[in-house]
Amino acid sequence: MEAEGRVPGPPPLPPAGGGIGAELPAIPPGAARAPLLGAPAEVLELDDEEDDLEVFSKDTSLAEANSFSPSMTISPSSMINQYKFEDEPELRDLFITVDDPESHITAIETFITYRVITKTSRGEFDSCEYEVRRRYQDFLWLKSKLEEAHPTLIIPPLPEKFIMKGMVERFSDEFIETRRKALHKFLNRIADHPTLTFNEDFKIFLTAQAWELSSHKKQGPGLLSRMGQTVRAVASSVRGGVKNRPEMFTEMNDYMETFSQKINVLDKIAHRIYKEEREYFNEMKEYGPIHTLWSASEEDIADSLKGVASCIDKCCKATEKRMAGLSENLLPILHEYVLYSEILMGVLKRRDHIQSELDSKIDALANKKADKDLFSEEIGKLEDKVECANNALKADWDRWKQNMQCDMRSAFTNMADNNLHYYEECLATWESFLASQTVDCHGEEDSEDRP
Amino acid sequence: EPLIPMESSEAEPSESRPEEDGAAPGNCLAKKMEITVSEAEKRTGRNAMNMQETYTAYLIETRAVESQNEGQCSPVDSLWRRYSEFELLRNYLLVTYPHIVVPPLPEKRADFVWHKLSADNMDPDFVERRRIGLENFLLRVASHPVLCQDKIFYSFLTQEGGWKEMVNETGFQLKADSRLKALNATFRVKNPDKRFTELKHYSDELQSVISHLLRVRARVADRLYGVYKVHGNYGRVFSEWSAIEKEMGDGLQSAGHHMDVYAASIDDILEEEEHYADQLKEYLFYAEALRAVCRKHELMQYDLEMAAQDLTSKKQQCEELATGTMRTFSLKGMTSKLFGQETPEQREAKIKILEEQIQEGEEQLKSKNLEGRDFVKSAWADIERFKEQKNRDLKEALISYAVMQISMCKKGIQVWTNAKECFSKM
Repeated sequence: MEAEGRVPGPPPLPPAGGGIGAELPAIPPGAARAPLLGAPAEVLELDDEEDDLEVFSKDTSLAEANSFSPSMTISPSSMINQYKFEDEPELRDLFITVDDPESHITAIETFITYRVITKTSRGEFDSCEYEVRRRYQDFLWLKSKLEEAHPTLIIPPLPEKFIMKGMVERFSDEFIETRRKALHKFLNRIADHPTLTFNEDFKIFLTAQAWELSSHKKQGPGLLSRMGQTVRAVASSVRGGVKNRPEMFTEMNDYMETFSQKINVLDKIAHRIYKEEREYFNEMKEYGPIHTLWSASEEDIADSLKGVASCIDKCCKATEKRMAGLSENLLPILHEYVLYSEILMGVLKRRDHIQSELDSKIDALANKKADKDLFSEEIGKLEDKVECANNALKADWDRWKQNMQCDMRSAFTNMADNNLHYYEECLATWESFLASQTVDCHGEEDSEDRP
Repeated sequence: EPLIPMESSEAEPSESRPEEDGAAPGNCLAKKMEITVSEAEKRTGRNAMNMQETYTAYLIETRAVESQNEGQCSPVDSLWRRYSEFELLRNYLLVTYPHIVVPPLPEKRADFVWHKLSADNMDPDFVERRRIGLENFLLRVASHPVLCQDKIFYSFLTQEGGWKEMVNETGFQLKADSRLKALNATFRVKNPDKRFTELKHYSDELQSVISHLLRVRARVADRLYGVYKVHGNYGRVFSEWSAIEKEMGDGLQSAGHHMDVYAASIDDILEEEEHYADQLKEYLFYAEALRAVCRKHELMQYDLEMAAQDLTSKKQQCEELATGTMRTFSLKGMTSKLFGQETPEQREAKIKILEEQIQEGEEQLKSKNLEGRDFVKSAWADIERFKEQKNRDLKEALISYAVMQISMCKKGIQVWTNAKECFSKM
């Protein structure tokens, strides 16, 4: 499996003027690329992938509203192999941006909508460009639909409803911008995901007008039943865990427990550093001007004092830059992985739950011995279900770990870079001040008064 | 009676009168004698009220310089003094040389502290910095062209027993001007020398700006400490995290080590900065010494003005008596007009007394004027010397501050370059 690290962060958009076609291989109109609709794969020029796509194109039975619901039988190998091609950035055919937050005031509530622009060359999309407005609730809906459809896949994190600690006001510009960036990342991570990218609800989310989306939302199982899945899963795991859990998943569980702990602490540390840097910045703002004030009552040393004031002011600005770097890069990524750790714990629990369904049916069979045939068929289905879930999770886990490593590497390297630039800037400032002083110095060698 | 002796009346084993220019003259004490405050020791004893107290004693070591140049190992003399004795010495110098900007002592109590430093006088860091400050004080006095010749100062350095008694015997406390008198003069003086008025304003500004600077500097130091130390937490967590990672483990672990180094580096950086703060503090206290010289001038000037005023009124009285006219109101004059004239003999007697007083007064005024001019001249000479010293020292301090910042930046660059390399290998 070629498992190179993907390009971190949202993929670059095609140039504005060029349109979709500019960066992608030519797509004959009407040709469906999506495996679901059974079109030939020659458009992708991926010779070694054709086998996979052949497999998919046969599964025309899967062409319905929801992709890959757990009750469907899908060959496990096809799921794993599908992992590969979606991660090649040059082959991306779905570009999403989230921007332009707008406030809406009604009699009942005030809320923000975001503009979601989608540009695509995929056949199953009727058009190649869409512009819709979505509010946070809609994103929540999408996430829960994806979780429902793919209980053992790792669904990317959504920004939280409220941020309690910073006491950021719900509609402050900073809050809205942070949320917008996170929503943008959310959708792009889904688009990057080999399986989720073809989810039908995802498509509807990107393309449907407001009223269409509302009516679509009303269909399907209610909110409570959606919540129920994870709740039941958590409950069953609380009741004593899973007996026959494969070693691999126990290892994953142990890993996630520690990872979750560590990432939470790192998040706290990073926030604390930001806070300390902000306080330092506030004090520095006052520090420089005092030297300027002093220079007003001096003659001989006025220049030196002004020089020091200017250095301190420059270092102050450099600190501000450093802080901005932290809040734009490291803080959001750490926060996402805090959310990811919760998501992953949930995924592991859901997998366990699926397995426990199988286990309890097997136990029931062992006890009852009657209706053997009926049970065998059910058990067969459950066994498939478990195998699918396990394979899906394993593949997604590997992918997640790759991305995590990549994200962490880039986030911390960026932080180190930030600090390097800060110190380099300050160094240059003070060195130039020093140079100016030693040039003016009248060679005061013997300060005999001075001990 | 003249208030200020221009130099110590005691015979000193020194040659010609030292030059009062910027540099310390070749025959000042600092050149002849090596002076250090080398140790500090905690002591317990009984104070004036027979209560037990703990205090710190400082060891003053002196050694003649000449014999060193000849290759001989000269003996080191030493004695112990406590802070209150230094204070006594300084008060003596202040009263005895009011025209001199007397070097200040290091602070009595730790001020402008930031959270790490203890405000406790017994704290070893504070004691150490005070030791350095006391040594600095002695060296400044020893390099001062006028002060270095003082016998009491010399005895302070060399005579362990009976020094306190010696100082008190000079009776300097009696010569000290009362605070109230000085305050009164400040408000009422009419024609002080403009230069002293300007100097007074300067010293007020200097005090105010340096205090402000020191306060903010302490806060900045506090915050900087926080930033560095929180990074130390990364070290611990990276190490724990690396235990569950296969590929990322090494990079995390080694990056964590660099974070620890970073966090630890702030302690030395801030300790060095304390010395810079001490240099500024010295000039904060010097501003007070400048102020004292200005106050002395105001007092003398006020005295002079009062004496002149008194003389004028006496002259007027005399004239009135002589001519029989009354230009100024006096109760005595009034009553005598109402209740009967004076006899010519009585008047003569009065005139005679007044004339004597007037003559005395004129002599006094002359000598006061002379005193005043001498004071202004010698004070201003020392002030010029002080100004040059201050400019030199402060410029040097600012440069050393820049050097400290540069060193801190270089350390930061090194640590973060190393950390970046580790992170990129994750």
